[in-house]
Amino acid sequence: MDLNLLKRRGRDEWHISPRGKMLVPGVIYATEELIRDMDEKVYEQVTNVATLPGIVQASYAMPDAHWGYGFPIGGVAAFDPDQGGVVSAGGVGFDISCGVRLLRTELTVEDISAVKELLAEALFQRIPAGVGSKGKVHLDRHEMDAMLAGGAKWAVGKGYGIHEDLEFIEERGCMAGAKPENVSEFATKRQQDEMGTLGSGNHYLEVQRVAQVFDAKAASVFGIREGDVVVSIHCGSRGLGHQIGTEFLKSMVTSAARHHIELPDRELACAPINSEVGQEYLGAMRAGINCALANRQIITHLVRQIFTDILPQATLSLLYDVSHNTCKVEEHVIDGKPTRLFVHRKGATRAFGPGHPDIPPSLRAVGQPVLIGGTMGTASYVLVGTEESMALAFGSACHGAGRSMSRHQALRQWHGRDVVKELAARGILIRSPSMRGIAEEAPGAYKDVSEVVDAADDVKLAKKVARLEPLVCVKG
Amino acid sequence: MTQSRFESMQGSWEHFPHEADIGVRGIGLTKEAAFEQAGLALTAVITEPTSVASTQALSITCEAPDDELLLVDWLNALVYEMATRKMLFSCFAVRFNNHSLYATVWGEPIEVARHQPAVEVKGATYTELSVKQDEQGRWIAQCIVDV
Repeated sequence: MDLNLLKRRGRDEWHISPRGKMLVPGVIYATEELIRDMDEKVYEQVTNVATLPGIVQASYAMPDAHWGYGFPIGGVAAFDPDQGGVVSAGGVGFDISCGVRLLRTELTVEDISAVKELLAEALFQRIPAGVGSKGKVHLDRHEMDAMLAGGAKWAVGKGYGIHEDLEFIEERGCMAGAKPENVSEFATKRQQDEMGTLGSGNHYLEVQRVAQVFDAKAASVFGIREGDVVVSIHCGSRGLGHQIGTEFLKSMVTSAARHHIELPDRELACAPINSEVGQEYLGAMRAGINCALANRQIITHLVRQIFTDILPQATLSLLYDVSHNTCKVEEHVIDGKPTRLFVHRKGATRAFGPGHPDIPPSLRAVGQPVLIGGTMGTASYVLVGTEESMALAFGSACHGAGRSMSRHQALRQWHGRDVVKELAARGILIRSPSMRGIAEEAPGAYKDVSEVVDAADDVKLAKKVARLEPLVCVKG
Repeated sequence: MTQSRFESMQGSWEHFPHEADIGVRGIGLTKEAAFEQAGLALTAVITEPTSVASTQALSITCEAPDDELLLVDWLNALVYEMATRKMLFSCFAVRFNNHSLYATVWGEPIEVARHQPAVEVKGATYTELSVKQDEQGRWIAQCIVDV
């Protein structure tokens, strides 16, 4: 991106002054180097979002922002329903409530070294991953509706996990306001074989080691120490969420003119919050959030079974579960006044600061855990929300590394088998049904996650707590 | 694969880059051919299209107010059929009647070991979406798909 398009307001804070139809400024949080590497499309998409009705304060981009569709990936925008604000299916994306959850294991690297291969194979064999895979949980429409209304809470009620898990999931495991009746038969049919499946692409399940602790106090509150083994699960609402996104994108595109909304890009498809389409979408999208929460809960149950079978001394407890493709109703202070806003985070993680009532009581003093997924060859990070973040971008931070290379380029540069071999030599076991998929997801195809996280830390969107490095990675 | 059926498809397809996802583009002398090739480009996101036999047929119908929305609907219909039937498609026959699309598509069930499916497509987007004729009169049908 051309730096001349931006005004620098701090080392890692860049502003786009309102022009044309922009209602608010654009703000990008990133280092100069990350900005230079960003596609010009990010600039275009940040400014387009700033034109949407009822947008409040600014259109934000996180340090991992990259060219998305409509909204940039790494985009954050909030809308006021009392000012004609909108809800956007494009601003949430196809993979509704895609997110990351992190489990402690009470094991150390030494504990698993003798059984690492066995563990990798069991996770690969028993957790459905990749195109065409099927889960073992099949729901009729009645039970599907109960799942869509109840989320992880429904899953725990069915024996997938323990009640204590719910405390450490955003929305306590159940998104309120879900309307299963707004979810089409097409969407539920697409989900019929997909409960408890990981998916493909950048989704993964990793066994990781806590390689470095940056903030001893927060790490102690989160219950992690250097050398600990943890498990990360990155996946979303599967086919059901994808179908909800598909259907409402179309209905919002075709109803935009009726709502007198001029879309600079059709992918910004949106509808007034206080409209029939807007309300229908919110009900369906919240059901999609519950589907993602239930999905990660079922996978957690499978992971626990596998660990217990191989390492009976393991106790897997949930550190936290974050979603990074959502629109949620939150209260934020605007012009000194508490205001109810619809906050869209598209490839951005909620990062509430210390003391926020939505953080579990046992973690509240330090802030919300913010889980950042990396690549299978680099690292993931645990961060913590800050006081400052609430004012910087409605309590939001980055969500991952972000691609720096297209899948096509990656495929030309790497062979899957070579990537697996190279990583095995570094002690990282990769399991996947597709060697082509491995090549497309090669670590070199992504930005440096550490640079993204350092930028978030520097701006105080969230502070670094720990660095996690992969030991085993199951890719779809 | 039924070779004659595969060969009867005219035109070509290509992918174009997008930072996070992937662009599919069908090119043909007719709009029908461009849509058929866009279908093939979609399969190529997932696997090598020549590895997919065209042994089972099914019909697809879509309707949309303009060509561009129709392309998105067509690709999304394929995504839906692939997801729910656990199939891949390698051959497409498309015809139009006003704003309606009628297609027959041929393919086979996914075999993970043989097809090595790289990634599932979540949906077709409105980004970089266009259906138009170029200066040589060729039809180009394209958009970004989310993977």
